[in-house]
Amino acid sequence: MSDLITLTAAQMAAKLAAGEISSVELTQAHLDRIAAVDGEINAFLHVNADEALETAAEVDRLRAAGGAQADALHPLAGVPVAVKDLIVTRGQPTTSGSKMLEGWMSPYDATVVTKIRQAKLPILGKTNLDEFAMGSSTEHSAYGPTRNPWDTSRIPGGSGGGSAAAVAAFEAPLALGTDTGGSIRQPAAVTGTVGTKPTYGSVSRYGAIAMASSLDQIGPAARTVEDAALLHELIAGHDPKDSTSLPEPVPGFGTAAGNHEVAGMRIGVIKQLQGTGYQDAVLARFQESLELLRSAGAQIVEVDCPSFEYALGAYYLIMSSEASSNMARFDGVRYGQRVLPDQPPVTIERVMGATRAAGFGEEVKRRIILGTYALSAGYYDAYYGSAQKIRTLIQRDFEAAFASADVLISPTSPTVAFPLGEKLQDPMAMYLNDIATIPANLAGIPAISVPGGLAEGLPVGVQFLAPARGDAEVYHAGRALEKLLNDDAGTPVWAQVPDMEVAK
Amino acid sequence: MSQSTTDAAPLSFEAALETYEPVMGFEIHVELNTATKMFSSAPNAFGDDPNTNVNEVDLGMPGALPVLNGAAVESAIKLGLALNCQIASFCRFARKQYFYPDTPKNWQTSQYDEPIAFDGHLDVELDDGEVFRIEIERAHMEEDAGKLTHAGGTGRIQGSEYSLVDYNRAGVPLIEIVTKPITGAGARAPELARAYATAVRDIVKGLNISEARMERGNVRCDANVSLMPKGSATFGTRSETKNVNSLRAVEHAVHYEIRRHAGVLSAGGSVVQETRHWKEDSRTTSSGRPKSDADDYRYFPEPDLVPISVTADWVEQLRAQLPEPPAERRRRLREAWGFSEAEFRDVVAAGLIDQIEETVAHGAAPAAARKWWMGEISRLAKTRDADPAALDVQPATVVELNQLVEQGRINDKIARQVLEHHLAGEGAPSHIVTVRGLEVVSDDGALTAAVEKAMAENPDVVEKVQGGKLKAIGALIGPVMKETQGQADAAKVKEIVLEKLGMTP
Amino acid sequence: MPEISRADVEHLSALAHIAMTDEELDKMTGELGVIVDSVKSVQEAAADEVPATSHPVELRNVFRRDEVGHVFTAEESLANAPDAQDGRFKVPAIMDGE
Repeated sequence: MSDLITLTAAQMAAKLAAGEISSVELTQAHLDRIAAVDGEINAFLHVNADEALETAAEVDRLRAAGGAQADALHPLAGVPVAVKDLIVTRGQPTTSGSKMLEGWMSPYDATVVTKIRQAKLPILGKTNLDEFAMGSSTEHSAYGPTRNPWDTSRIPGGSGGGSAAAVAAFEAPLALGTDTGGSIRQPAAVTGTVGTKPTYGSVSRYGAIAMASSLDQIGPAARTVEDAALLHELIAGHDPKDSTSLPEPVPGFGTAAGNHEVAGMRIGVIKQLQGTGYQDAVLARFQESLELLRSAGAQIVEVDCPSFEYALGAYYLIMSSEASSNMARFDGVRYGQRVLPDQPPVTIERVMGATRAAGFGEEVKRRIILGTYALSAGYYDAYYGSAQKIRTLIQRDFEAAFASADVLISPTSPTVAFPLGEKLQDPMAMYLNDIATIPANLAGIPAISVPGGLAEGLPVGVQFLAPARGDAEVYHAGRALEKLLNDDAGTPVWAQVPDMEVAK
Repeated sequence: MSQSTTDAAPLSFEAALETYEPVMGFEIHVELNTATKMFSSAPNAFGDDPNTNVNEVDLGMPGALPVLNGAAVESAIKLGLALNCQIASFCRFARKQYFYPDTPKNWQTSQYDEPIAFDGHLDVELDDGEVFRIEIERAHMEEDAGKLTHAGGTGRIQGSEYSLVDYNRAGVPLIEIVTKPITGAGARAPELARAYATAVRDIVKGLNISEARMERGNVRCDANVSLMPKGSATFGTRSETKNVNSLRAVEHAVHYEIRRHAGVLSAGGSVVQETRHWKEDSRTTSSGRPKSDADDYRYFPEPDLVPISVTADWVEQLRAQLPEPPAERRRRLREAWGFSEAEFRDVVAAGLIDQIEETVAHGAAPAAARKWWMGEISRLAKTRDADPAALDVQPATVVELNQLVEQGRINDKIARQVLEHHLAGEGAPSHIVTVRGLEVVSDDGALTAAVEKAMAENPDVVEKVQGGKLKAIGALIGPVMKETQGQADAAKVKEIVLEKLGMTP
Repeated sequence: MPEISRADVEHLSALAHIAMTDEELDKMTGELGVIVDSVKSVQEAAADEVPATSHPVELRNVFRRDEVGHVFTAEESLANAPDAQDGRFKVPAIMDGE
């Protein structure tokens, strides 16, 4: 395993800028790593070697030539990145982890992909996910599960298990994810990496295949808080193609992630996000993190968010309702698979029914049926309407909490990575993985998951939340805890992942 | 209810009206003439190659998102104001969900319980001047669907083997205008239907927010009809006749549905609530396919679009841009021009108000302007199978032509030729007259010679004139015209003949 | 709130255009019942006076200029089509021929 791949993205960027390494060398090292370990991990659905190396060579050429063009290069130019396969890319297939889109080639790039191309980060490939991002374990991918690099018999979280595992296993220093109810943060937590769900509208959703439009947000996955902040800064900003994109200029997230002072910072512990359902070891690590923050001068307070009790219910109603609608376009008429019914007559109605029966997996169907039910005549007020009211109550809870705290804190996930297959037949048990992450999506506020140490050799995540548009604050707080834990343990969590190549 | 009662023969219109009072309602869809679609920057254009006016948004590609066309919103507000509606200070879009291959996302982005305009009215004048007030329930924004062509079999939807889809029209901005139930029109219901559709077409044309061509589907009318026994206040079951695509058809469709409902009800049957299709050839309607999802559209607020809030300032700014309402304008112009009701109605029907107004503005007398547009220009348009307004004739050209005649430099017959040459691209009328040497021959030498020749060749005519039959001179004008290639001034010819015969002109 | 019946699920699968076997319908009826049961509590907490939130971050009046942007060629439009003819997407008959 090349030493290059264990650098942080910021270190890679510095070495590239200094001319100590080339982007081709760096990109090739990651491609080699993918070749060595991805047969086991299955983080990638598509590897984009040729294009990545071309981009890398172009960056190297520009730097070598010097002058204005070299000076104009983005700081992350030449640092490779992986893209969750829910985000559309020209020139590479986009499957969403579904048979429905097998072989589909997007005729356009997502806005985040355009930004990445403009900044000249070599795109290593597309990462695995639960089908259409519906799941918490990446087991719902039509192309096989991704395995957790910490223990390949366990899940890497989901839906963005591919991006998190790729970053944890040094297959990529940076990756893009999408987070509807925790799909960036929960995988980060169980793989010992960092993941951010930005403020709703901070990053353009254009080209992210929608699951639940009012909850979805693209965000960064990385090994360090600074790396996540740098990638977030690159992909953020107003996009005229996304009506819900925030109009304000992008704050300096990278700068915020350089600040680790917490003296005087008021950190609110959410009463409702601990206790029953959380593993003891997870709570133990969480308490240790609180102690470290307190000892560094942070003021730890408890905040009460009574409506969180209804968050999971509201989330499943809103998410499934919007998802049932967003999935309607997959009908075998304009793109994607078309499946004919076994029996005549072959009418378009029946072809749609057969196509959707064959193209969607169980979890996707479950959510479509639930969402169709929640929106159907006579039930709208009771279900979707009520859930939207809970959303207001949750926003009010956060508002009250942020009156007494600068940031809020909770465990990211109630458990460490569980064994593959353990919850596959129990949808409710699977949904409970998102209990701590969904309030941020319902309220539209930013949240980050940073490593909170290990429990019996498996990573635990700690989540920070800040008010809407306060993304810089989650990087600041996240960086503070990261530094305290690194100093305490003498090494970052991510550096302790078992070396798979040696293990073989 | 037996099959026989629903298939009962329609009653005569008169018989139907003896027993029943018709109730109507209209949904008119207006396609806006914006440069781009409602939610995408692809062109809003008619008649291009299939699937070339689309991008990822119009095709419902995964990941694509809508962004609202600001110009369409302004059009909707203007139309709302022209229909005397309240403009909502806050409104949103919703997804109306149903699966159909012409609907790329399998939902239509529309407005549900929060339309941009509501509670309006429109005063509609019938031919005899009677005015009905139509209450407008709402006008809301939505997007059009693509176009399906049914192939194989008969070419109709039933029995076709496959269908082809062109999404160029998908996403074209629409405003749907919904009336409240219209009662009290009685036997005048069909007329009123037509007058209402005409009024809406004229308004959107006057606002310049739509091409307003019904034959292209720019304005599409769905007509709801139900009957209630005279004296009753309870509405009957309604039918909805879809996409009636001409003003005349709107009238006929309402007329037919009144007769059909009356036939069913009189035979003891019940009217089925359903969609009907208008059949132009037989001037009847036929039962449409009941949509399987019709009962449950699962509307919810469109999360990919943000709410619209319209401030009072914005409304007033747009109100200030509104043109004079068409009905008021027509009244004003008719009085100013001094046309009879019949004359004016013909002008309106020919769609030539704007042309005549401009021609008058350029200095022509209203009667002369009417004569040119309704006469020669309309005739030429007819031979070209075009609308007179669509011919490449400018009001200034008409004024110039008219002046040439009034000055006696050409006569009416030559003027018609000049117009033809003008349409053939030969330039301004006076230029054509000069280049082609069409000026009236009033130079006495040439004309006298031609008259003398005609008189010599027609002694019998000369004799009649001498006998006092002055009208007989007309028989000499033809030969003179022939001799002078039509450039003779008829009055001058007459003068010379009389002079030659020693008679006083 | 009534329990979800198998007939309900059958109706929902028709609305959602997902063909389901008898086995799938049975399984889905059971699973959906459990899920719906667990989300019922939202109705109790959602008092009448609480306004609904449809968008997590409040924005208003986001409009696009009425200017033509990028557009596909017919080839690009049809590149992913399962079936096409004469520059159009081809789909099986809309209705059963009867």
